[in-house]
Amino acid sequence: MSRILLLQGNQAVVEGAIAAGVKFYGGYPITPSTEIAEQLALRLPQVGGKFMQTEDEIAGLGTVIGASMAGKKAMTATSGPGFSLKQEMLGLACIAEIPCVIVNVQRVGPATGQPTSPAQGEVMQARWGTHGDHWLITVSPSSVPECFDLTLRAVALSEKYRCPVILLMDEVIGHMREKIELPDNYDEIPQAERKQPTCAPEDYLAYGCEDGSKVPAMAPFGSGYRWHVTGLVHDETGFPKGTGAATKESQDRLRTKITDNLDDIVQVENYKMEDAEFAVIAFGGAARTAYEAIDMARAEGLKVGFMRPITIWPFAEKQIKEVAGKVKGILVHELNCGQYVLEVERAVAGKVPVSLFAKYDNESATPAELLAEIKKAMA
Amino acid sequence: MSVMEDLIAKYFRPGRLPHIWCPGCGNGIITGAIVKAIDKQGLAKDDVAVISGIGCSSRSSGYLDFNTANTLHGRALPIATGVKMGNPKLNVIVCSGDGDCTAIGGNHLIHAARRNIDLTLVVYNNSIYGMTGGQYSPMTPKGSKATTAPYATIEPSFNLLALAQAAGATYVARGTTYHVPQLVDVIAKGIAHKGFSIIEVVSACPISFGRQNKMGGPAQMMMWQRDHGVLKAVWDRMDEDKKAEALAAGKFPIGVLYENNDVQEYTAAYDELIKRAQEGK
Repeated sequence: MSRILLLQGNQAVVEGAIAAGVKFYGGYPITPSTEIAEQLALRLPQVGGKFMQTEDEIAGLGTVIGASMAGKKAMTATSGPGFSLKQEMLGLACIAEIPCVIVNVQRVGPATGQPTSPAQGEVMQARWGTHGDHWLITVSPSSVPECFDLTLRAVALSEKYRCPVILLMDEVIGHMREKIELPDNYDEIPQAERKQPTCAPEDYLAYGCEDGSKVPAMAPFGSGYRWHVTGLVHDETGFPKGTGAATKESQDRLRTKITDNLDDIVQVENYKMEDAEFAVIAFGGAARTAYEAIDMARAEGLKVGFMRPITIWPFAEKQIKEVAGKVKGILVHELNCGQYVLEVERAVAGKVPVSLFAKYDNESATPAELLAEIKKAMA
Repeated sequence: MSVMEDLIAKYFRPGRLPHIWCPGCGNGIITGAIVKAIDKQGLAKDDVAVISGIGCSSRSSGYLDFNTANTLHGRALPIATGVKMGNPKLNVIVCSGDGDCTAIGGNHLIHAARRNIDLTLVVYNNSIYGMTGGQYSPMTPKGSKATTAPYATIEPSFNLLALAQAAGATYVARGTTYHVPQLVDVIAKGIAHKGFSIIEVVSACPISFGRQNKMGGPAQMMMWQRDHGVLKAVWDRMDEDKKAEALAAGKFPIGVLYENNDVQEYTAAYDELIKRAQEGK
C-alpha cells in the first residue's frame, strides 16, 4: 500500500533517508538544504534515530563519520560553503573507507554567492574537492521521486563500496514540490548492510579483502572486533605504513574498488535517444528543462535526444562514448560556467563537436532557451 | 613481569611497540596512565573507544587494543561524539594535544563541553607542536621560544581548564607526568564521571620545547613539574597574595579541580528526547 503526497525535494531526501535506515544525522543549517536538517530533526527520533545540529559544518561530517564507525547509517546535508568546509573529512572517509552520505544542495557560489538561487558549480569539487588521489561516488536526482530513490541508492552504494557518496542536488530540485508516491510501510524496503567479518576477532584484518573483493568487511565499534581507523596511508591491518609500496597498493585498491564496478555504479537515463542524430546532456535541475526542450524539438522534426547522467562520478565514460558514436553533435547544458562539459569533451576526444549551453544567471533555463541553443549547436 | 609489562601485554596491540616518541617524552607515561586507569575501572576492551586527533599525543590510539581511531587534526571530539551517539554504551576516551585541542580543535572543545556529553578528554599538554618540529601552541607560555617564535611568543596562553569549565565541562582535572599515581587516579575518576571530563596533563617535550627554552633534559623537565604542580588542597589554602605569587612563578594546581554531577549527560537527555518523540510529544 502506498500514498500520494506533494513533497519538496528536500523532504523526499528525508523520507529516503528514513526508508534507507539512516539512524544518525549531524549537520549545520545552510540554505537551500536546511529543510533536510529540520525534517530529520523531527523524523529521526520518531524512528529511534539521532539528530544533531553540530557546532559547524566540519563537525557535521565528523559526527557522521563517528556514528558510521559505531555501525550506524549516517548522513549530512549542506550547500557550497559547507561542502568546502567538509573536504578534509571527506578525504578521511575515502581513505578510511567509512560509509556515509553527504547531500550538497548546490547554490550560486563561490563563497556566500547567491544563497537562494540554483547552480551546479560543485561538479568538479564533488570529484576533486578533497586533496590527494581519491575515489568516491556522486549521484544527482532530477525529480522529487528521484530524491527519495537516489537517497536510498546513495546509502546502499556507500555501504556496499565503503566510500562516501555525495547526493549532488541543486536548489531547483531541493525546493521544488511535486507528486511522489511513497510506500506506507518502509519496513518492506530492503536494507543495505555493510559486509561483516566472518573470521574470529583475533584474525580480523580491518582492511583485508576476501575472495577477490576490493571491499573490506567493517565491524562496528563495540562489536567484539577491535580495529584501528586512521587517515594515514595504511595496509590491510589498518595500521599506518609509510613505504612507497604501501601507498601504491592502497591507491590501487581504493581506485579499482570503484573503477572495477562501473557497470554497477554508473547509471544514466536515455530520453528519445534511439534514433537521435543530436544529443543533449544535462543532469539534476538542468535536466527538467531538457525533457521539455527535447519534446519541443521533436515536434519541429528535429531528431534530438537527451542523455541524463544519474551518476555524475565516476564519469559515465562508456555511455558518453556510445552517444558520441551515434550522433553528429552533443550539447551539454549545465547551470554553471562549464564543468561537466570538460569531461564530455575529454571522453568524446573530438569525435563529434561538443557545445556548451552554460546558464549562470541565477535561474534555470526555459525550454525555449534550451531549444534555441540546440538549434544553434545543430547548425 | 612488572605491573607495566603485564598491562602492556594486556592492553597494547602486539607488534605495534616500540612507539615513535622520543626518549624523554612524557607521552608514554600519559598513555600508560590511561591504560592503568582503564584497568582500575575494570572496563572490557570491547567497551572502550580511544579517539585521537593528529600530533605526537594522537599516535597513542594506534598502540592501544581497543576500538580506536587516529583521525584529523583538531577533529577527534566531533568524531568521538558521533561514536558515542552511535553506541552510547562505549566508554569513549579522547586523546589530544595542546595544539590539536586548543588551536584548530578549540571550537569542538567548547561545544563538547557545553553539551556535557560523556567523553573523557585527556589533553597531553607539552606546550608545543611536537610532531611538526617545535612551533608554539595556544598553551605555550608567553615569552617562550619556538620555531615560529624566534623572537619569543607575544601571545598569552589559554587557561585550558578554566575555558573548559566555563564552557560546561562537569569534571575538570589536571595531572603531570611526574605525579603519576595521582594522574592515574584523576583519569580513572574522569572515566567514571558521567558527563564531559577533561584532564589536562602537563607533559614534557625535551626535544622541541625543552631544548629551545633551555629547560635541561627530561629529568630536569620532570623536576620542573614536581616544583610547579601544587596539590589542590594546598592551593586552596593559599591566600590571594600567595596564589598570585604562585601563578606569577608559573605554578598550577593539580588534582580534581571541579566536579559537578547535577548536569544531565547529553546521551541520556537524547534518550529522553527519543521517548518524547515516540510518544508523540
